[in-house]
Amino acid sequence: MKTFNRVFTALVYLFLYIPMIVLAVASFSRGTDIAVWKGFTLGQYSALFHDGLLLPLLVNSVIVAVLSALIATVLGTMAALGIRAMSPRLRRTTMAITNIPMTNPEIVTGVSLALLFAFVGQMLKINSVMGFATLLIAHITFNLPYVILSVMPKLGQMDPNLRDAALDLGCTPVQAFFKVIIHEIMPGILSGALMAFTMSLDDFVISYFVYGPRFVTLPVEIYNYTKKPLQPKIYALFTLLFLVILLSMVVMNLLQARDERRRARSRVVFGGKGGRVG
Amino acid sequence: MRTKTLAAPYLVWMIVFTVVPLGIVAWFALTDYATGAFTLANLARVSTYVPIFLKSVWLALLSSVICLIVGYPVAYCIAGTSPRRQRVLYMLVMLPMCMSFLLRTLAWVALLEDTGIINNLIRSLGLRPLPLIRNDAAVVLGMVYNYLPYMIMPLYTVLIKLDDKLIEAAEDLGCTPARVFEKVTLPLSVPGIISGLTMVFVPAVSTFYISQKMGSSGTTLIGDVIESQFKAAYNPNLGAALSLILMVLVLVCVAVMNRFSDGEEVIAL
Repeated sequence: MKTFNRVFTALVYLFLYIPMIVLAVASFSRGTDIAVWKGFTLGQYSALFHDGLLLPLLVNSVIVAVLSALIATVLGTMAALGIRAMSPRLRRTTMAITNIPMTNPEIVTGVSLALLFAFVGQMLKINSVMGFATLLIAHITFNLPYVILSVMPKLGQMDPNLRDAALDLGCTPVQAFFKVIIHEIMPGILSGALMAFTMSLDDFVISYFVYGPRFVTLPVEIYNYTKKPLQPKIYALFTLLFLVILLSMVVMNLLQARDERRRARSRVVFGGKGGRVG
Repeated sequence: MRTKTLAAPYLVWMIVFTVVPLGIVAWFALTDYATGAFTLANLARVSTYVPIFLKSVWLALLSSVICLIVGYPVAYCIAGTSPRRQRVLYMLVMLPMCMSFLLRTLAWVALLEDTGIINNLIRSLGLRPLPLIRNDAAVVLGMVYNYLPYMIMPLYTVLIKLDDKLIEAAEDLGCTPARVFEKVTLPLSVPGIISGLTMVFVPAVSTFYISQKMGSSGTTLIGDVIESQFKAAYNPNLGAALSLILMVLVLVCVAVMNRFSDGEEVIAL
């Protein structure tokens, strides 16, 4: 039974990675048809770096992803602190609002924001309202819940005495946050920011409804591309992005492992659970 | 300044950019495109799309159940390994989600097409090519492929939290491994199952890209219809009415599923 389960799991992993393999192999193929192998070449990669179109779009995607993740992380961390201090009733309402973008289908979020922007554009008499600003606003909006949902549990795990101790020792609440609390919840903030960044970088559905022709991101362009014959250099870009993300995940993994080891050690030193000094 | 007020900018943001837009959707759904007068005509026109709604729900439900059947053993297997291996295996589940789902879906098209990789292989063996794409099964495959990680993540989260002592106790009390699974492991994974089903169902029921690429004209889903109302036919009022119904449908489905769990939320982070 156990062996069967292992083999099955291995097959599912293979299933998950089949498209990656197909695209990576296609990125080294001479032909333009992804299904036919025409011999090995690195031509797609050099074409990619001499391409004036794809890389600027990737830059656009990264700009939106970095800015939206940054703003969502600051707003979201502040919100998480605030939500914990709320009365249960207010907290429930706030969390219900937080869940709206999480449970709503993406297409509904996209459509609703598109209608809002069109409406505001009409009121302000702006001809083409869709652009960088609308894209950024949309991305911040769907990123915020991810930040909150990853910071909140860390705040819950934190020893509430830590803040009181900092205040007793003469910190202002702001100092207590920057000197004590932020270090305790940093893993949550970082994983929230990272999740926001990746969600934003790869977002297609919502972006598709709120982008303007002046500022196009990579996923939107890929979609517009797929209506025409695909240019094989996009497979090269995919393969490179895959390697970058794989590498950053490995690094994150190592950092997490180090963090856990340090935590385990501090538990031994203090003899309490989770470093709690009793 | 009170700590509570730190959430104020967030609340204002969310009200302006999620609550108000949903109000605008409702407003568009209830007004006429030309005159802007109140009307129920848009909602009435939705009734002609009932077969498409049913098809979307059916394919999404089928995909969710397949994801559960495929994902559960995988989550179980990951949760049973050493912590270090768990981290790596979990990362490998999340990794595909960070890559362009458009291109990954296209890779499936390249595999399954009539002149695709698999059929080329079949032809080179001298056999007749199979109709692998442009049908319901291909759409379900696309959904299962794209959303399987959303099922594995919450299942894994509940399975690692499972107390080994409970399983030992059941074994000590004479349960066979099958009985332990039926009486202890499975009931305790219900919150993860519900969470996973929801996380697969919601994007699957509203997709438009997968059905466009893997399906045929017979597999037009509700997402396709909404997309075309905004991008091709330009009837935002009908599009808004369809979105509104889709949203209500999803909320009802999620609420029904949540009734099966004890209201315990599982968030896979």
